[in-house]
Amino acid sequence: MSHTERDHTVGSHSDDGHINKMDLYEQMLRIRQFEERCVELYSATRIRGFLHLGIGQEAVAVGVVGALDRADRVVASYREHAHALVKGVPAGDVMAEMFGMSEGCSRGRGGSMHLFDVQRGLFGGNAIVAGGLPMAVGLALGDVMRPGGEVTPPGTDGDQPSAGHGNGGDRADRPVTMCFFGDGAMAEGEFHESVNLATLWDLPVIFVCENNLYAMGTALRFSHAQTDLALRASSYGLTSWAVDGMDVVASRRAAMRAVAAVRNGAGPHFLEMRTYRLRAHSMYDAERYRSRDEVRHWRKRDPVRVMAADLVAEGICTDEDLAKLDADVMAWVDEAVAFAEAGTLEPVGDLTRFVTAEDTSGGAS
Amino acid sequence: MTTYREAMREAMSEAMRADDRVFLMGEDVGRYGGCFAVSLGMLEEFGPDRVRDTPLSESAFVGAGIGAAMVGMRPIVEIMTVNFSLLALDQIMNNAATLCHMSGGQVNVPLVIRMTTGAGRQLAAQHSHSLEGWYAHIPGIRVLTPATVADARGMLAPALADPDPVLIFEHGTLYPTEADLDDDPGAVDGAMDIEHAAVRRRGNDVSLITYGGSLPKVMDAADVLAADGIDAEVVDLRVLRPLDDEAIFSTVGRTHRCVVIDEAWRSGSIAAEISARITEELFWDLDAPVARVCSAEVPVPYAAHLEVAALPQVDDVVAAARQVVGAGA
Repeated sequence: MSHTERDHTVGSHSDDGHINKMDLYEQMLRIRQFEERCVELYSATRIRGFLHLGIGQEAVAVGVVGALDRADRVVASYREHAHALVKGVPAGDVMAEMFGMSEGCSRGRGGSMHLFDVQRGLFGGNAIVAGGLPMAVGLALGDVMRPGGEVTPPGTDGDQPSAGHGNGGDRADRPVTMCFFGDGAMAEGEFHESVNLATLWDLPVIFVCENNLYAMGTALRFSHAQTDLALRASSYGLTSWAVDGMDVVASRRAAMRAVAAVRNGAGPHFLEMRTYRLRAHSMYDAERYRSRDEVRHWRKRDPVRVMAADLVAEGICTDEDLAKLDADVMAWVDEAVAFAEAGTLEPVGDLTRFVTAEDTSGGAS
Repeated sequence: MTTYREAMREAMSEAMRADDRVFLMGEDVGRYGGCFAVSLGMLEEFGPDRVRDTPLSESAFVGAGIGAAMVGMRPIVEIMTVNFSLLALDQIMNNAATLCHMSGGQVNVPLVIRMTTGAGRQLAAQHSHSLEGWYAHIPGIRVLTPATVADARGMLAPALADPDPVLIFEHGTLYPTEADLDDDPGAVDGAMDIEHAAVRRRGNDVSLITYGGSLPKVMDAADVLAADGIDAEVVDLRVLRPLDDEAIFSTVGRTHRCVVIDEAWRSGSIAAEISARITEELFWDLDAPVARVCSAEVPVPYAAHLEVAALPQVDDVVAAARQVVGAGA
């Protein structure tokens, strides 16, 4: 790969509590432009299958995922391009995956819904609604139980039994697992089982519900008897907050607080990020279930546009700066597309690779 | 003498003493001592972190095992019965069996899931089914069916060493069966084979292919047949996925006659799969059509006489074998 990682990823992670609005804006812009390009590439049939865009929801991924360190873990849903990019997966790797290429972050076996980059802590987009939650609980359980508590780079854990029983190690070094899902997932039993278990066992998990008001096309009020999701989650006895998910600064602040608390052993947290999907559920969606007026209303809160206006109004940057940034980001997306275009197809002869692990000869088939 | 139940307990305890990454979790595995007393006494030795009682949340604790396995632990998850495992089917199928491939090989799931299976104890239709054949349909997992005390003792260690998910099905009627493990050092040295079927009785006239809880019945049937002068070979599959094709073709290639005995329902069963493979591979070697002895296609009933009628019995195996060798029913 010819790009440096900085050039190729969405942006930097959070540092010591300082929030750089310009940086947050740039990350949201990258995601927005990346996904706008995905629409074009879908129309051009370069991307196929299901493609779920998070346009309108960028402030959640940038605000919340950006509060994590590289060693922390993310389990995402099938609407996870933004989460992958913020977690540091190079844009070219994500685009190549959607092109079905060997160079894709899941070697062309996952596609848009199953982006994996375990070295960067991304344990997949999971396309079974709520199916990622039990696994996220397990990642956190493993982090707490692992003998010695050393942070083993994911995917490269030693196969040797360790001597001596550890206590999970120094809490400050312990990874936090963040699990993303939509409002629809809170109607699934796996949500309730998982949140109960994580709270019962006091595990370092942050459950992040991206409440965009629709489970595909079914409005919140047609899915849930109690539509206050943060209130509902709190019944399990974990710390639970509702956050304005259209406000990237508020999202980042809430997430930083939650990450710090969880890392220090405060037990699992639940964040209801109140947000809105400005585009269709996927590429085939006539949007019969909501009115144009409703969408128009929410467009006024488009996190990218609102923040651009704020940055200029606050004197943080000028219109010219924004235009230049736009062009820079466009070039960054171009590079990702070029990387994907230059990709190679996985040999059909390798079709059954990775059905089982390759690190020993004893795998099942 | 060691019972099947004790053998499984010794295997788990040994694994946990040897490797801090191994732990057991499931419903009532700790304070209760295990629904079928398999883990009795383990809480006292290993404590509640490593013998971990879970809520009645099959999906969550199986998923928790998957996640913990992915970051370096070696969990043993116990599900009370195969019927209850359906509540965790999403995690087993959509995550455990799928993540390795879907991630392009970035993660693997070294998880062992143990559960009881099978009928014969008048537990009726929600505690008695044999669904291991369903699991054997799924690429990416290994399915083990220990039928002997030695296999109960010996299969766990290699299962824990497998980098991929392994499901172990323990037929409920086998727990009190006994054997002298000194006769089988392979069971305790950690090097038990989890790749191959085993011939439990040599014979030349007909191959009786079975697994799990049906093995004792089939051994009895072979004795009955021997008294009639029919020399039956008994093959214990031991591993339902991947199937040991070579063992199946080898025995049937020699005897030219085969009966498959499977406590699951006939339709879409592992018995159907075995029969199909034999037909594909050995059609011209067969002296008779492959026969199957399976359960009646009903939910397993409670009443003793109905349950007996629903399941493969020694007489059914004997009759099928006689038919296949042309000795009349």
